Amino acid sequence: MPDLLLELRSEEIPARMQRRAAEDLRKLVTDALVERGFLYEGAKAFATPRRLALHVAGLPARGEAVREERRGPRVGAPEAALQGFLKSAGLSSLDQATTVTDPKKGEFYLAVIERPGRETIDVLAEILPGIIRNFPWPKSMRWGAASAQPGSLRWVRPLQSIVATFGPETETPDVVPFSVDGIAAGTTTSGHRFLKPEPFEVRRFDDYVQALERADVILDADRRKDIILHDAKDLAFARGLDLVEDEGLLEEVAGLVERPVVLMGAFEERFLEIPAEAIRATIRANQKCFVLRKSGSEELAPAFVLVSNLLASDGGAAITAGNERVVRARLSDAKFFWETDKAVRLEDRLPKLDSIVFHEKLGTQGERVNRIAGLARRIASAIDIRFDLDLVERAARLAKADLVTEMVGEFPELQGLMGRKYATLQGEDPRVAAAIEEHYKPLGPSDRVPTEIVSIAVAMADKLDLLAGFWSIDEKPTGSKDPFGLRRAALGVIRLILENGLRLPLLDGPIWDAFDELPGKSAVVLDLSGAAALDALDGETDLTDPRAKDLLAFLADRLKVYLRDQGARHDLIDAVFALPGQDDLLMVVRRVEALGEFLGTDDGKNLLAGYKRAANILRIEEKKDGRSYDAVPDAALASSGQPEERALAEALAETRREASAAVAAEDFAGAMRALSRLRAPVDAFFEKVTVNADDPALRQNRLLLLNALRAATREVADFSRIEG
Amino acid sequence: MSSDADLSPTRSFQGLILTLQRFWAAKGCVILQPYDMEVGAGTFHPATTLRALGPKPWKAAYVQPSRRPKDGRYGENPNRLQHYYQFQVILKPNPPNLQELYLASLEAIGVDLKLHDIRFVEDDWESPTLGAWGLGWECWCDGMEVSQFTYFQQVAGFECAPVAGELTYGLERLAMYVQGVENVYDLNFNGGEGEDKVTYGDVFLQAEQEYSRHNFEAADTAMLFRHFADAEKACRLYLEAGAPESEGARHRIVQPAYDQCIKASHVFNLLDARGVISVTERQSYILRVRELAKACGAAWLKTEAGGHAAAA
Repeated sequence: MPDLLLELRSEEIPARMQRRAAEDLRKLVTDALVERGFLYEGAKAFATPRRLALHVAGLPARGEAVREERRGPRVGAPEAALQGFLKSAGLSSLDQATTVTDPKKGEFYLAVIERPGRETIDVLAEILPGIIRNFPWPKSMRWGAASAQPGSLRWVRPLQSIVATFGPETETPDVVPFSVDGIAAGTTTSGHRFLKPEPFEVRRFDDYVQALERADVILDADRRKDIILHDAKDLAFARGLDLVEDEGLLEEVAGLVERPVVLMGAFEERFLEIPAEAIRATIRANQKCFVLRKSGSEELAPAFVLVSNLLASDGGAAITAGNERVVRARLSDAKFFWETDKAVRLEDRLPKLDSIVFHEKLGTQGERVNRIAGLARRIASAIDIRFDLDLVERAARLAKADLVTEMVGEFPELQGLMGRKYATLQGEDPRVAAAIEEHYKPLGPSDRVPTEIVSIAVAMADKLDLLAGFWSIDEKPTGSKDPFGLRRAALGVIRLILENGLRLPLLDGPIWDAFDELPGKSAVVLDLSGAAALDALDGETDLTDPRAKDLLAFLADRLKVYLRDQGARHDLIDAVFALPGQDDLLMVVRRVEALGEFLGTDDGKNLLAGYKRAANILRIEEKKDGRSYDAVPDAALASSGQPEERALAEALAETRREASAAVAAEDFAGAMRALSRLRAPVDAFFEKVTVNADDPALRQNRLLLLNALRAATREVADFSRIEG
Repeated sequence: MSSDADLSPTRSFQGLILTLQRFWAAKGCVILQPYDMEVGAGTFHPATTLRALGPKPWKAAYVQPSRRPKDGRYGENPNRLQHYYQFQVILKPNPPNLQELYLASLEAIGVDLKLHDIRFVEDDWESPTLGAWGLGWECWCDGMEVSQFTYFQQVAGFECAPVAGELTYGLERLAMYVQGVENVYDLNFNGGEGEDKVTYGDVFLQAEQEYSRHNFEAADTAMLFRHFADAEKACRLYLEAGAPESEGARHRIVQPAYDQCIKASHVFNLLDARGVISVTERQSYILRVRELAKACGAAWLKTEAGGHAAAA
């Protein structure tokens, strides 16, 4: 079966785009083939800095022949109809059509159109130009003389040549005949820019890969990565060092070279005074080099690994020396930043935060720090009323000070970490220093959650201020857009609460506080005039700010996503959140857990079935009667009825009491146990008792009993939300 | 006195400049002299900004002193200067072998491509003040950025048709590299030795100190605010005065207007260095300069050099 080889050679493609582009190319070409009925055995795409390549194996030489029958008008139809038929079927006269007899409609014409399968190569020639013209690069450009005209070809960087061949393994393949903006597909490519720039001919994928290797190009990015990693580890090992592995950097570097050559450079021991993270950041970000550790130690070694694209004639001596000079200059800068930063205390940097706008509607960083400090105090005291709140406030006030240090200005990714270093150096309490770093945490679903109360309080305050702030100006995440990282902040709040086992009713606590700290605030709209005032005193009016409720709903939503990722059933979460006043996330989770366990038992399953049956009957009867049965059943009437009726009435009263007490004691498993005792009486009731009794009073009371069952289950969850 | 050897690109700063000029002259460029105004980058030279617009072919190369008031370090930083030199090449349309030409120019100034690792690393260029952007790379030599390579896509808010290729060499960095010097002030300027040697520091150290003081401490901000407003006004005035007299006629006063745009841009940079422009104002100043650049670009397209056919 024939194969396709396609190579699109260009000037240097940004490293970050290569992998995705190869995948896009594979998908676009194979999808277009499949869409036209051409199936293939396998397809793989590759990228280097200077080429995208695609191999599609096992394509048919031609497509399947198509036979189509087209029914025409009846024999003797008007001339216009006959002509229309001939035209649409591509026939020149009626002699070319056959006639068929239909028992109902009589004789009519039939055209049989046979189309031979198209040559695959022609189909490729048709598909490929469009794919190249409309390739989904994140950013593309025009170039050269052709760009004087509108509609000229766009590519990520100038496209230089196209190789496109198609044919079976045993024969010389054919060139797929097409061209795009004057670049004709052919069989010529060239190798490494410096080592083997001469053009050469390729035929099919196998010899293409080998020819490239001979021309110092390794086509497969994963192989380049393997070579880099392997050689880097070997080099490190030989010097008694360990490579600090870095997948992101490895991926990037593999996209910057066609022929990786790994070399090791060194820098002066004196630079090791700079914090290791800063050394790594500067060497990584600016030089795209790896750092090394002293073997078996956490300490950095004064050396780095660089990946060059050139097998140099001097063995890489000049390249290493050049890189060492640049690294030295960078480290000199970093050392200068470190020394300069140390000379100023963090608290003396705070005034500078007043001149940095955080968000035009939410004030400056300085104002934000003030809010976080107030909020962190309130959160800490809610967690532990005896805690030293001044310590918390100190941490909150210093938490953002490192944003105006030289080091963080240069390497924003070191925020927090540098603050902790400077705080430690100036003799802050270790908990304050730790909180400065940890208040950004957790940064994602797998990041570590702080456990010290100072860190927890500042971290929560940081996130809740962010959330409340953007909620107050109505900048909420929509769809995939979340420019301020609000979903991540919400997840952070959730994980801080759950993983630290914190009891924090949010609505009356931290969420209220967060809105309260905002400028022009007023979390509560206290319109205490007239009737509203009276209602408020009666507790009839909901005083909570709707924005706060909306934010809680957002957190509940994120909690659902979080719990679902942990394997919890979303319907159980809904069943718990459907109860009023669920703003204590820890309790919500405990309840969901207990509910899940309960529903895993036979008692649980049967009770759910009983509940569903009861709810069904109620739904139907309530609709029929146009009223709801939500009063308390008449105990005397129940006792005078059937024994199963009496038993259920008694069990319900007792269960409800027990379940309610257990919930109040936060013993959700106990509440479930209490519910489980309903199973037998419920089953017996449905077996023996006819709900729709002839006596209206009896019927009403039985319906009220079913409602009591519904009410009893609501002590733990809204069972109507549970599936199954 | 001075010998040919002194003018080797690896021996002297001026040798490096002369070599690049010869190289690009041989490729058909007009070798221009620096524009006689203060600019932040070689791109501001009308030979790039304005000439990049319109259909007419254009090839030029020149040295341009670039002023970045904020980068002043009182002469104490070995790599950072508030006044440095760029060597700028602009080729419109970009020839298909521009990368090869660039690499050949590196060989011409003494970079052996069999010994040194040259890399094209993604770096998309954007100038908010000029309303311009392009795609390209920073060119690395053994891990050091020595040039910027850009295919202009848009200038002054107008699509470039055809696209021009722009090369910008950081001359001090390249010179430090080929001379093997770690401090910019130690660069050999004239290639002389002993008493004849003049260093970069001999020429520029005092200036760096003085201008740093000026940029950060002394520059008269009230005057600068006035100059900004004046330049903005003058730019519009000249564009108005030179506006086409009839439908389809040419614009007659573009370059003097563009000078005022350049001036506003530099004055803004000085004010920024003095720290008297707040974060929110900053954006609006940049926008004001961009509006001038766009207006000049639009007018340029109505001139002969901008490709506007003369009215019949």
